Amino acid sequence: MSEHFHLLVLLLYGAATLLYLLYLVRPSNVVGRVSRWVLAAGFFCHCLFTFFRYLEAGYTPITNLHESLSFFSLTIVGVFIAFQHRYRAAILGSFVTPLALIVMLVSATFPSAIVPLNPALQSRWLGIHTVTAFAGYAAFAIAFCAGVMYLLQEHFLKKKKLGALYRRLPSLEILDDINYRCLTIGFPLLTVAIITGAIWAETAWGSYWSWDPKETWSLITWFVYAALLHGRLTTGWRGSRAAILAIVGFCVLLFTFLGVNLLLPGLHSYR
Amino acid sequence: MNIIVVGLSHHSAPIEIREKLAFDANAIEAPLRQLVALPDIAEGVIVSTCNRVEVYAVTRDIAAGIARIKRFLADFHDLPFDGVEPHLYGYHGEHAIRHVFRVAASLDSLVVGEPQILGQIKAAYGYAAEYKASGLVLNRFLHKAFSVAKRVRTETRIASSAVSIAFAAVELAKKIFGDLSDKAVLLIGAGEMGELAAKHFVSSGVRDVFVANRTLERGERLAGEFGGRAVRFDDLFDHLHKADIVLSSTGACHHIIGPKEVAEVLRRRKLRPMFFIDIAVPRDIDPAVNNLENVYLYNTDDLQGVVELNLEQRRREAQKAEEIVAGEIGQFLAWLSSLEVVPTIVALRSRFEDIRRAELAKTCAAWKDLSPEEEKRLESLTNALVNKLLHVPTNVLKQPGQGNRTDLYLDALRSLFALSPEPLAMQNDVPPDNGEE
Repeated sequence: MSEHFHLLVLLLYGAATLLYLLYLVRPSNVVGRVSRWVLAAGFFCHCLFTFFRYLEAGYTPITNLHESLSFFSLTIVGVFIAFQHRYRAAILGSFVTPLALIVMLVSATFPSAIVPLNPALQSRWLGIHTVTAFAGYAAFAIAFCAGVMYLLQEHFLKKKKLGALYRRLPSLEILDDINYRCLTIGFPLLTVAIITGAIWAETAWGSYWSWDPKETWSLITWFVYAALLHGRLTTGWRGSRAAILAIVGFCVLLFTFLGVNLLLPGLHSYR
Repeated sequence: MNIIVVGLSHHSAPIEIREKLAFDANAIEAPLRQLVALPDIAEGVIVSTCNRVEVYAVTRDIAAGIARIKRFLADFHDLPFDGVEPHLYGYHGEHAIRHVFRVAASLDSLVVGEPQILGQIKAAYGYAAEYKASGLVLNRFLHKAFSVAKRVRTETRIASSAVSIAFAAVELAKKIFGDLSDKAVLLIGAGEMGELAAKHFVSSGVRDVFVANRTLERGERLAGEFGGRAVRFDDLFDHLHKADIVLSSTGACHHIIGPKEVAEVLRRRKLRPMFFIDIAVPRDIDPAVNNLENVYLYNTDDLQGVVELNLEQRRREAQKAEEIVAGEIGQFLAWLSSLEVVPTIVALRSRFEDIRRAELAKTCAAWKDLSPEEEKRLESLTNALVNKLLHVPTNVLKQPGQGNRTDLYLDALRSLFALSPEPLAMQNDVPPDNGEE
């Protein structure tokens, strides 16, 4: 049942990605509207998929890579939909939807069977810890996309190469603003995820912090974003510097999420 | 019915002639009334802008109509006909339609894509409709022209980019800052170009304007014009950090702003972006400033490059627009000739009917012993003959989308059967048909 939904969501995200890319090269209100609706439909099905999976499994379906990548994609699309209304920057979708689609495709490559829950994960913290972590990841993913767009647009303006893409991209100020907004959403969420993780670790493993690779890398990620936030608030790091840090931060974050699970053995290596 | 266009534009006449032939929009009623009172002219619209004076009219006789309007344009302005005539062009048929579609879509403008012309034609049509100078054909024609212009505007990017240095600077600022309403402009020097660019920024809604000029009085006068503030030129660097956009156009022969000063200012601004526009020659701002983080420097040549790029884009888009125009002409021509189809068919039918009646009456008079029964049979026989004979030609004429062939057939029918069809509804108060918009 839920696997059909997974495929449907993939197809809808694929269509939305094509439409948003089309919107990038051929700006028209119709294309813009259709892409919004297709993506919204995909998001709706994705929510249903996650909900059905929750009913089938009986626990928050973020316990292996298939589930968590799918949930990551869901939160990326959700945060983007919220931003799209706020900033009227539909072009952001041309960068975000491919990312959400890729994450979803990777999710499809991992086994999707529902297995009995690992005893260590049987806790009410599972939902709180993972949902806040992925909501934070999604905000940082949007910041990453805005950062890439910022660097492109800045390059065009500095080098005076004012082509078609320059025309389509939003202004630097809007991109920088999106970057900042994502940071102010993502950073508290990441902080909460780390704190809830520590509390949960104490109840499950008997210690708040055991320098497990996931914990270490989460802390590194947290420091990168803390540095960015600090720089922004005090010395006015903005523009290209903030964009680069948002991109670096997201790469570190991806390693924390995927690299640690796949490469480094530890307590968090759920596949 | 034929549509004709007579007039002149920047392509055909110098400003000295154009200004003499221009019509005053506030006193357009008299010329419009005179125009439609002319023999051969059924409807008319007068368009008068600083780049063109044109009359769009409907006539039965193309050559006579064009000659009449040329004469009218000279006479109305009390000008010698021979002095005016060489500058005038006259189009009819497909050329007239293409011309008006192109004018409305701003493909014939001095700066291709400038949007004003459409509004000017709409106003001209408004007067013509108000004074009942336009009728069925011109109503339909101009509404078609407006919809073609709208298609061109939405389906091509012909007018989407700035083609002057000042506008190009404003566009760039919008790509850097987004909203300009909380941004401040500093104008250094009071050169003509700088002043013009500052005006564009003011009308784009910047919050503040500072003017730093070597002579404070002139700076104050300028600042007064923009509702801004004048600052002493020597205090320039005390104010630089307040400005998001710096417009420089002094007559200085060396750089007055260098990377060191700007780096210092940026620190005070907490790295908020700055946009420097250097329109002075020789340049006021060291090009190295562009290498600083969050600083964008454009000089005259850079802006000229943007303008060239935009003009190039307009030319490319104009090509697409021409295709749209070409596609719409056929449709309109088909409608125009369909206007004459029904009256011609009616005339043809009544010609046949007259012959049938006359011959039937003759026959009945000659055969006195015809019973009413037999008379009835003759009646229906002749009726059937006429109907059968006219069936195929009528269908062929009514077939849509034959383009020029319909006109050919209509002409042939009129000459072969000596028809003079009554034109359909030529009264002036027919509402325009917007069916295709």
